[in-house]
Amino acid sequence: MTDAPNPLVGAAPFPAAARVELGKPQLRRNLRHATHTIRDKRLRVVSELDDWEDLRAAGSAIKAHVRQNLPELLVEFEAAATAAGATVHWARDAAEACRIVANLVIGAGATELVKVKSMATQEIGLNESLETVGVSAYETDLAELIVQLAGDTPSHILVPAIHYNRTEIRDIFRQHMPDAPDGLTDDPPVLAEAARTHLRRRFMTTKVAVSGANFAIASTGTLVVLESEGNGRMCLTLPETLISVVGVEKLLPDFTDLEVFMQLLPRSSTGERMNPYTSMWTGVTPGDGPQDVHVVLLDNGRSSVLADPIGRQALACIRCSACLNVCPVYERAGGHAYGSVYPGPIGAILSPQLTPGRNESLPFASTLCGACYDACPVRINIPEVLIHLRQTVRHRPAERVAFRILADLMAHPRRYRAALRAARAGAGLHPRRRRVAFPVRRAPWPGSRWTAARDAPLPATETFADWWARERA
Amino acid sequence: MRIALFITCVNDSLYPRTGIAVTRILERLGHTVEFPASQTCCGQMHANSGFAAMAGPLVDHFVATFAEFDAVVAPSGSCVAMVRDQYPRMRPGDDTVAAVATKTYELSELLVDVLGVTDVGARFPHRVTYHPTCHGLRLLRLGDKPMRLLRAVRDIDLVELGGADECCGFGGTFALKNPDVSAAMLADKCDHIDVTGAELLVAADNSCLTHIGGGLSRRAAATRVMHYAEVLAHD
Repeated sequence: MTDAPNPLVGAAPFPAAARVELGKPQLRRNLRHATHTIRDKRLRVVSELDDWEDLRAAGSAIKAHVRQNLPELLVEFEAAATAAGATVHWARDAAEACRIVANLVIGAGATELVKVKSMATQEIGLNESLETVGVSAYETDLAELIVQLAGDTPSHILVPAIHYNRTEIRDIFRQHMPDAPDGLTDDPPVLAEAARTHLRRRFMTTKVAVSGANFAIASTGTLVVLESEGNGRMCLTLPETLISVVGVEKLLPDFTDLEVFMQLLPRSSTGERMNPYTSMWTGVTPGDGPQDVHVVLLDNGRSSVLADPIGRQALACIRCSACLNVCPVYERAGGHAYGSVYPGPIGAILSPQLTPGRNESLPFASTLCGACYDACPVRINIPEVLIHLRQTVRHRPAERVAFRILADLMAHPRRYRAALRAARAGAGLHPRRRRVAFPVRRAPWPGSRWTAARDAPLPATETFADWWARERA
Repeated sequence: MRIALFITCVNDSLYPRTGIAVTRILERLGHTVEFPASQTCCGQMHANSGFAAMAGPLVDHFVATFAEFDAVVAPSGSCVAMVRDQYPRMRPGDDTVAAVATKTYELSELLVDVLGVTDVGARFPHRVTYHPTCHGLRLLRLGDKPMRLLRAVRDIDLVELGGADECCGFGGTFALKNPDVSAAMLADKCDHIDVTGAELLVAADNSCLTHIGGGLSRRAAATRVMHYAEVLAHD
């Protein structure tokens, strides 16, 4: 289990991984179409609410309160859930969480289980871990099913198969879904019906389900799952055993806090006014639904994120994906380039914090354009955290020296002026100097990275300071 | 009112004509512009690249240089955003820093909000499109202030830019650290610009314009780039 790849860390740094993804034109088209569609839909439904900014502020405030009172809320949740008949487990890290789930599944005498879409279980690599002990985990969310059948990894938090178009999905079904009907077309209703029939068989026969949770209510011990397809409702009600892996940051103090998030989340994620399937359960209800109910509270690095006064905003994330859908970098590079189950802007601040010392290219995978901060329903200042995390990485020595020299020049006005004059004198020798605005077509490294796709300007013949001294002083 | 010009390091060395334009606009409106000669750089590049500690002396130098003025104007949305958004966080509880941060303005803010002017008396008979740069748009919330100034220019043919509020892919050192993603974003931005048929693309940040202009130059596009202050200075 320890040698399995970390679902939070990719094989290659972001720039290299992004270069590979950029070379796939179909992927670029799929992503552009999908992100713009959701982006526009979100904008439309958000603009309908005149208290949207108040809702964002409320969501942010509740999440801040949760961070400040997390230990007490966790104990409160454990007591309430236990009193309602659930068994609460505590997992320090991914390995411990996987072990707990595996033991429960094996203890229930099962070799297979159905899953509700869950980021926490992806974060801990649960499916892969269960496979090593002979348990098959079947994804039931349509997009997760597509990705699982393809032997691929998700590329988006909410829309895991966003990188596929429907023709590609038809081909995946044809090749990998044993009970796919003959003559399957790429008509979305036909594809959905094929998946529905395929899944229905699993729902009716599987005894164990694994889920995550969107929210966990401390005062009542209730778990809440939001989904759009009804597959979650099947998993949460039909099996005998239900195991939910829940990140500790998912807590909300009271039931009434849901009011805010039930408005924020659907509009931000799918662009819907109201969530289609909202399931809530509190421990065990005798004679109704799963009678063996477990909750695994997962830390997996969250406590250390909580210790960082700037970085801990990331724990407010409700996994809506609005930041992915508006991010110009995500739109071009796609989710796989981030190498983590958490891609996009939120992934760029969450993944490095959950894996200290790794993922050091991710805080730089942003232009700091701020579109993510504007879209975030809980007002996570993602650019602020990105800039903060950039201070914590190990910089290449050459880069550090270059910045040191620049900083020293700029801290001393006379040296700074002298440097500008020297740059101007050097530039004066360039052959295309006076003919065009951007005379430099090829520059030596690291400028070559600029001139690979763009021409570059040269210093002006006279600095502004010199003009001022001549004209105004 | 004592107005100081913060030229910014990029404009000082690469685009002095933008600073000259700002000076001419304000003088034409009857104001005196001062230029503290000891100014250098706001430290944005260091802070945003992971060297905030090195930016510290630049922050302190900026504050000391500009504290005595009533208003500081800079023809750069991102440099003003550095001063206004990041300085107070880098020097928490420092009243002088907070005061300087509050009175540092991007050109359109000084003109529209402080001086109450939208018609600066310019004439510019050309087809122009405007790109709202990210820091101006989302950190400073410039909104339509630059456009209001441009609309008041006589004989200008202003055309709308598609996908205007999308980042051009510059992002400071992003363009060097992630050159491929940056180039992909730039290509899309240049495609949108091509459609406008504009002679000039203008914006509030010469750093972004260096990126876009460099991309347009590489594809031998008909559109050139110019800081919008230079349009406003034209008569």
